[in-house]
Formats: sequence, C-alpha cells, structure tokens
Amino acid sequence: MELDFSQQIHYVWALLPEIVLCVWGMIVLIAGVSGKHQDADDGAAGDPSFGPKSDLGWLTLLGILLAAGANGWLYGVNEVGDSSMIAVDGFRLFANWIFLLAAALTVLISFVYIYRLRLQAGEFYALILFATAGMMFMAGARDLIVIFLGLEVMSIAVYALAAFNRRDRKSAEAGLKYFLLGAFSTGFFLYGIALVYGATGSTNIAAINTSVASMAASPGLLVVAIALLAIGFGFKVSAVPFHMWTPDVYEGAPTPVTAWMSAAVKAAAFVAFFRVFLVGFDAAYDTWFPIMWWLAAITMVTANLIALVQTNVKRMLAYSSIAHAGYLLVALTAANENAAAGMLFYLLIYTLMNIGAFAVVMSVAHQAEERLYIDDYAGFGWAQPGIGLFLTIFLLSLAGFPGTGGFMGKIYLLQGAADSELWVLSVILVLSTVASYWYYLRVAWVMWMKEPTSKDQHSLVVVPLPMCLALIVCVGLIIYTGIFPGAAIDFARSSVQGLGSLGGGMLGLGL
Amino acid sequence: MINSMLESIGYTGWILHALIWMPILGMGLVLWAEEETAKHVAFWWSAVVFVLSLGLWWAFDPSEAGMQMVSQTSWIASWGVSYSLGIDGISLFMVMLTTFSSSIAILGSFNYIKVRPRAFYSLMLLLEAGVVGVFSATDVFLFYVFFELTLVPMYFIVGVWGGERRIYAAIKFFLYTAFGSLLMLVGILYLFYKAKTLLGFPTFAYADLLQVPLTGTEQLWLFAAFALAFSVKVPVFPFHTWLPDAHVEAPTPGSVILAAVLLKMGTYGFLRFLLPLFPVAAQHPTVVTTMLVLAVIGILYTAWVAAVQPDAKKLVAYTSVAHMGFVVLGIFALTVNGLQGGLVVMISHGISTGALFLLLGMLYERRHTRQIADFGGIARVAPLLTSAFVLTALASIGLPGTSGFVGEFLALLGAFETHRVFAVIASLGVIFAAYYMLPMVQKVFFNALDKPENREIEDLSRREMVILAPLCALMIWIGWNPTPILTRMEPTVRAVLERVEAAAPSGQTSITLEDGSQVVIAPADAQAPLVDPELNDDPPDDAAVIDGE
Repeated sequence: MELDFSQQIHYVWALLPEIVLCVWGMIVLIAGVSGKHQDADDGAAGDPSFGPKSDLGWLTLLGILLAAGANGWLYGVNEVGDSSMIAVDGFRLFANWIFLLAAALTVLISFVYIYRLRLQAGEFYALILFATAGMMFMAGARDLIVIFLGLEVMSIAVYALAAFNRRDRKSAEAGLKYFLLGAFSTGFFLYGIALVYGATGSTNIAAINTSVASMAASPGLLVVAIALLAIGFGFKVSAVPFHMWTPDVYEGAPTPVTAWMSAAVKAAAFVAFFRVFLVGFDAAYDTWFPIMWWLAAITMVTANLIALVQTNVKRMLAYSSIAHAGYLLVALTAANENAAAGMLFYLLIYTLMNIGAFAVVMSVAHQAEERLYIDDYAGFGWAQPGIGLFLTIFLLSLAGFPGTGGFMGKIYLLQGAADSELWVLSVILVLSTVASYWYYLRVAWVMWMKEPTSKDQHSLVVVPLPMCLALIVCVGLIIYTGIFPGAAIDFARSSVQGLGSLGGGMLGLGL
Repeated sequence: MINSMLESIGYTGWILHALIWMPILGMGLVLWAEEETAKHVAFWWSAVVFVLSLGLWWAFDPSEAGMQMVSQTSWIASWGVSYSLGIDGISLFMVMLTTFSSSIAILGSFNYIKVRPRAFYSLMLLLEAGVVGVFSATDVFLFYVFFELTLVPMYFIVGVWGGERRIYAAIKFFLYTAFGSLLMLVGILYLFYKAKTLLGFPTFAYADLLQVPLTGTEQLWLFAAFALAFSVKVPVFPFHTWLPDAHVEAPTPGSVILAAVLLKMGTYGFLRFLLPLFPVAAQHPTVVTTMLVLAVIGILYTAWVAAVQPDAKKLVAYTSVAHMGFVVLGIFALTVNGLQGGLVVMISHGISTGALFLLLGMLYERRHTRQIADFGGIARVAPLLTSAFVLTALASIGLPGTSGFVGEFLALLGAFETHRVFAVIASLGVIFAAYYMLPMVQKVFFNALDKPENREIEDLSRREMVILAPLCALMIWIGWNPTPILTRMEPTVRAVLERVEAAAPSGQTSITLEDGSQVVIAPADAQAPLVDPELNDDPPDDAAVIDGE
C-alpha cells in the first residue's frame, strides 16, 4: 500500500499501532471500572494468575498483540516522500517492537504484584498502553512537535505509574519527584524546540536537516537549541549530570513500573534522540560531538562508580541503567550506521535483560516491596536454582559477558565507536565495564556463595505462571542472541537504512 | 595403523568440534544424574573426551607448520565472525594437556567435593570446553569469547567450593583477568577496524588479521593492550598477586585446572597473538628488555617469596609464577630453543604443578591442614605418597631426567643465545627452586614423625594411584625423550620466528647456527634503528589507551 499524506486518512494507516493501543487502553479502562474485578479476597497470598484481575492483564496482552500485528502490517506500506510528520521506516518499526515487547513483558510480570498490593488493575494496564503509544509517537515522529506530544503522553502516564502504589510513601515520593524534574526537563526541551524553530524556521526534522546543512540556520541560536534539546533528552535517558531523579524514582516506583521505565522509557528517548541528532543536526555534528563525548564519558564513569556502593538492588539496577545510557551515548557520539544499528540492537537486548532481572527481583521481594537489599539474596541461588540461574544470566548479560546478548550488544556499540575511531571513549567504556563487573557479580556471589541467614529464608519466593513465561522469553532470547545474533544484527542494520537516506551522509561523517 | 584407522572415521574432520561440544553435552548428563553418581558420570565422560583427543597425537602432521584440522563455518556473517577451529604445533599440546588434566582433576576431586557435586562437575566440564575452545579457535572473536567464557566457571568453582576467603579470591581473580582482557577487546576491535578498511570486508579471522599492515606505533599500542591481558593471565610479575589467593582458596581440582591450563592461556596468547601479529613491537629492544626483566624478576622474587611460605599450597602457587617466568623468558628470547623451551615448560609445569596440587589435596583430605609445620615424617607412614611427591617436586625443580629440566634448560639456552645476562641471572632461579622446594619436602615427609595425628595418615588409595601414575610417567617420559614433542612443535615455532624476523628493521640481522637454529642478534645495545622515530620512550606496559583521534 502506498501512503500519500496529502490524504488525511492515510495518517490513520500510518498511525495504526498507536491508534490500536489508545483504543485498547480505553477498553481496558472501561473493563477495569466495570466493577466485577474488585474481588473480595484482594491482597491474599497465592497465585491468582487466572483470577478476575488477571483477566484484565490478558486483555491488555491481546491489545499489545493487535498493535504488534498493525506494526507488522506497516512493513508492507510505502510512504511517498519524507516530509510528513510521521515516519514509516524501519527505524520506527524496530523501535516499536522494543516498546511492545517491553509492555508485554511488564504486563506479564505484574499480575501477582497488582493483586498483592491491591492496585487498580484497569488503570495500571491502561496507563501502560497509553504510555506505549506515546513512545511510538516519539519513535515515529519526523517533527519536533510530534516528539513533544509523544514525550508528554508517555511521561504523564509514567508519572502516574511511578506513584501508582498510593499506600506507599516512597512511591508517592517517586511520582512527585519524577513529575517535578520531568516537567522541568520538558521546559528545556520545549524551549529547545522554540529555538530550533527560530534558527531554522521549521520544526520538521527533514527541513531542519536541509537548513542546517545549507548553513542557512543561525549558528548562535542553533548551538543553544542543540544544547537545550540535549539537556531535555539527557533527562529522559538519565545521562549524568541529569540523572539525579533516577535512583530515587526507580527505587520508589512499583517494581514492575521500574523495570518497564528503565527499559522502555529510555528506549523511546534514545530513539528520538538519535533521530533528531543524526538526521536533524547531522550537519552540525562538530557542534554536538564534544557535548555527547563528555556526556557519554561522564555518564559511564560516574554511574558505574556510584553503583559500586549500592546496597539496595533496585537502586543498584537504577545506576546500572544510567551506566547503560552511557554506553548508548557512545553510539550517539559515534553517529554512524553501525552505531545506530547497534543502539537498536542494544536497546532490544537491554529491554530483555533488564526486565528479566527486575522480574527476579520481584520474585525475591515476594511480589511486593520487601527484601530489596542485596544481603537478602544470601543463598538464594541454591534455594531457588531455576530463577537463581536466570538472574545470573541476566547479570552476566548486563555485564556484557560472552554467551549472552549483552556481549553482542556491547560489541556492536564498540564497533560503531571503532568506525568513528573513538578509541579513548572505547577504552573508557571497557574500563567502566570492569567496574560494573564488581556490582553485578556481587549479587551473583551473595546468592551463590553466601549461606542464607535462616533455612526457610527463600521459601516464600513465588514465580507465578505469567512471570515464568516472561522470564523464559527473556532468558531464551538473551541466550539465543548471545549465540546466534546474526539475524537480529541484520534486522537492526536494515532498520537504520531508511534513516541514513534521510540524513544523507550519516555514514562517514562521523569523524 | 592408527593413522589409517583415524582416517577411516574421518577423525580430523570432527575431533576439535567434539572436544568442545562433548564436555558441554556432558554438562547436561551430569546435571541429569543423581547427586552420588554425578562424579562418576563426569569422570567417565571426560575420560572419553581425553581418549578421543589422544588421536590428535597421530593425526597431527609434524612436518606442517600451519593450522591443521581446519574447519570453518560462518557464524555472524555481517561482522565477518566465523566459527573456525584448527590446531598447530603450539596448540596441539595445549589441547591434549587440557583434556588430560581435566579428567585427572575431576578424578582427583571425588573426595574433596562434598556439596553440590552436580553443579561442580558441570562447571568443570564447561571450563574444559572453554579452554579447548581458547586453544583451538582460529578466529579472534571466537578466541575472545572462549577466553572470557572460562572466567565464569572458574569464578564459581573458587567462590562456591573454595576455602575461607574464597569470595575475595574469586572476585580478585575475576576482576584482574577481566580488566586485562577488556582492554584486549578494544585492541581486537582496532585490528578488526583496520582490517575492514584495508581489506574491504569485515573479518575477525586470524589469518586475515595477520595480513593487516600496522605502523610501529600502532603495533606498540596494540602489543601493550594484548600483552596486558595475557600478562595478567600468565601471570607476569607485577600482575601476579591474584594467583596465590586464587590457588590457596580454590578447591584442589580448581587449583589443578588453574595451574595446568588456565595460566597457559596467557603464554599461549603470547605465542599465538603477540609475536605473529605485532612482530615489530615484539622485537623492539625496549619491549624485549622489559618482558625479560619482568620474567627474571618473576623467577627470582617469587622463588624467595615461596621459600618463606608456611602454607604448602601457597608455596606451590608462588612456584607457578616462577615457572611461568621461565616461559616468558624463553618466548622473548625469540629463538627456536627459547620458544620450544617455553612450550615444554608450559607442558611440564602443567603436569608437575598439577600433580603437586593433587598431592597437597590428598594430604589435606587426610590431615585438614596445609601448614608445613603440621606435618613431619610422613614418609614412614605413607611411602607411596612420599615417592610420588618427591618425584613431582624434583620434576618441578627441574632435575635432569624429568620434564622440568628439558623445558628450563631449553628456555635458558634460548635466552643465552640472545640475552646472556638475563639467562645467567635466570638460571639462579633453578637453584632457588631447590632452595624452596626441598626444605618443604624435608619438613613434610622426612624429619621426625613427632605428631600423633600424622601416624594415622593412610597411604595412597587405588584411585589416587590411578591419578598419579600417568602424571609421574609423563614427567619421566618427557624428561628422557622429549624429541617427539619437540619435533611436533618445531615447524610452527620456526614459522612464528620467521614471521617475527621478516618484520625486523633493516639494521637487524639473524644468523643460522650449525644446528639449524635461527639466532636473532637483538640490538639490545647496538645502534639498530628504532621501529618508529617518534617512539623512543618506554613502551606503555600497564596502561593501554589507544589514541586514534
């Protein structure tokens, strides 16, 4: 099918996955308030994977599946020209797979959590669907205004989700903190858009590209605009020094939300970050190269060093996610085809391993907010060898160890850096990785090499069926991409092809 | 006859794959087995793997210098990574040593490992697969994957089944080695990037990377990155501090594998990567001098440290550093004798130090102590154990007629041909070896049988005899008849040296002695032109920042 955006209706086809998600979100919302889901034995122990509340979860998964179908359908669609507000290219569609995968995994791991903590299932799942639609807008946007719309749709849903456990003060604190700092960063972002418009006369990324490349843009304004946009994105991807909110929010938010935020929100922000900078500001590479270089270096070093001393697992994983943002910023600094493809590939793997790790954390935490300290893991591995092994694989993958997808992802990022000859940054990346070994392995040694404080310490650990499903998907794909990454690599590479044609000379410019 | 039999089953086509994948298959069997029978399954499985690997001895063509039994399958096509295996005269012995010591170590751990046997034996098999992979990979990416993969099982073996300070030792081992190898990864990617731009297609194949021309400066930086990774692994003197900790805390089989094969991955890396890939840097006088100085310091310093250890296992751990010093000395002598000597020391050290750790493990199982002072007069109650220990100790010292002598003598001879001073100083290490080893033997096995606990010590059991007999036989066999080994490694060693010499700067010459060995006149004091006029400073040895911007 040919998409011709002069006809309004064609926007509907181009936005089909987003529309499916939004509509489905409303359906879930209505189903949630219809009353019969507020069952009497709410909050009891047990495995209600097929209880009334969980029906909403399965319903949500169906919606995600439909959106995935729509996303797959878009592969058969060609767009005419590249000046529309919405891109229908491989880059967007690959990113959509990541968002859908993250949403599906998050829904799967939250069934029992929602039940135990007596959360409103309908709102919870609907917010996830709305936020996912927002992420898709960001990934598909060819216009800064659309990115902003997507950013806000996503962020407001996530603010609410961070504060979703309203009986918990930490969750409320997380929500408020995230909201205040998020609003603050949005201000930067919006002002950046305004200045870009002032400098180039457009908010369309293709037009910005043309304007910047032809030196028509006012250079002074442009530099400030680039800096402001970088700050706005920096907040969302939690790059140092804009990371201050991350540990507190990740610690306080409900664990499934943390898992999802750390993967999907970051992915959405990175995808938009890449499109704006690689395509829009392609010709201004020399201007933003040093900014990104330092941002990447400081993020990697700081996050990995602070993570060393964390005792709370959620905080540790929060700093780990900041560190991973640093690795991805290396790819942005490199700004070439391998780096962009590596970014997509890495985000996919990162989603799998991070949500997987958080899922095991939720199991250890009794599907609630208990036992979140690393010391609580003593002897966990031998008590629960199955998920103990899974957590070990997730940690090794996060550390970037051979045999896991995390290793291939890191190699891909390093290849991107090599193509732009960023040797110093590569060395900083691997040295900070050595530091990261310490805190990932610390969990591994506590769980396998220390004796539990009491015999039945881990007897209450439950892995409900849906979470089991999610864990198997995560581990399976991590191992598979760790051994046979070829298909995923080629897919990621072909997905960034369209991006390059728009930017014109994205490859080779990165020096 | 054996050759035709091997040929009829297509041995050379599948053996290397089998040696990697059979242990991994064995992991599944061990995990599936009962707790009590897991050790038997693991042992018999590894024994089968070892017996299969014996065929390599005959299937290997001693006249061929390059890779043999090569097989290549594309793995990650878009990165140019292939799953390609092959062995030459350097890796042949390492592969056989690995399969041999793995099965010996598994047999030796029957009484030592009492908890969680299934997990332990499956990790041992995973380790075996990883090490065989390291020694037979001919794709640098594949090599790196296996190189790193060996860390994980060893980390858990030390950390879960080790002694009191096991966690500290495990994490130290892990971080030290990972630090080095990650810098090497950047080096590998640099080579890959160079190859991609020069050859026009992505490739990690070892043979392709050899074709990449590098300037002297590049070679020095890359040499530093690779040398750091391998030096930590060996370990070369200033990077050795993880080794005593890891050895002391590791369970006996872990120590055996660590000493017998894991350390060899470092010196193997020297021979496989450092010399052929960066020949200019490898014979840069400053580099050679630095490596030789570190080797000699390693030999002498650790000998002195070993002499004062009250813990017998720690003593043996330090002797490992000294032995590996001889290997490095032999390699950087850059002569045929030196390289061959280094290789023989690698084999001999694998056998004799592995045996020492096994023997100490046997003593520990009987007395639950490793302190030298707790023993005395064991010879009277356990004559067989004592005989085995004395023979092994003598082989470790390098007494003529044992394997240790052949290796150390050749290494020293090789060093003497090019760097007399170093050879003379290093040969003091042989005397020191007697100085630390023999008093230990005397205090433990001879002297008076004055402690009542020691009267109860039993002599070797049948299983222990089965373990020690092949080790002792090998020590003596290599000591008396090293020729079959030397002839198999010689063509490859010559090829490595020829590659190094071919890259020699014009001012440097090499001469051929009557016996056919090549001698490089290394310009340690001569006015030979430097590799790169910009680079007169000391080469970076501990930092490997590759600056390309």
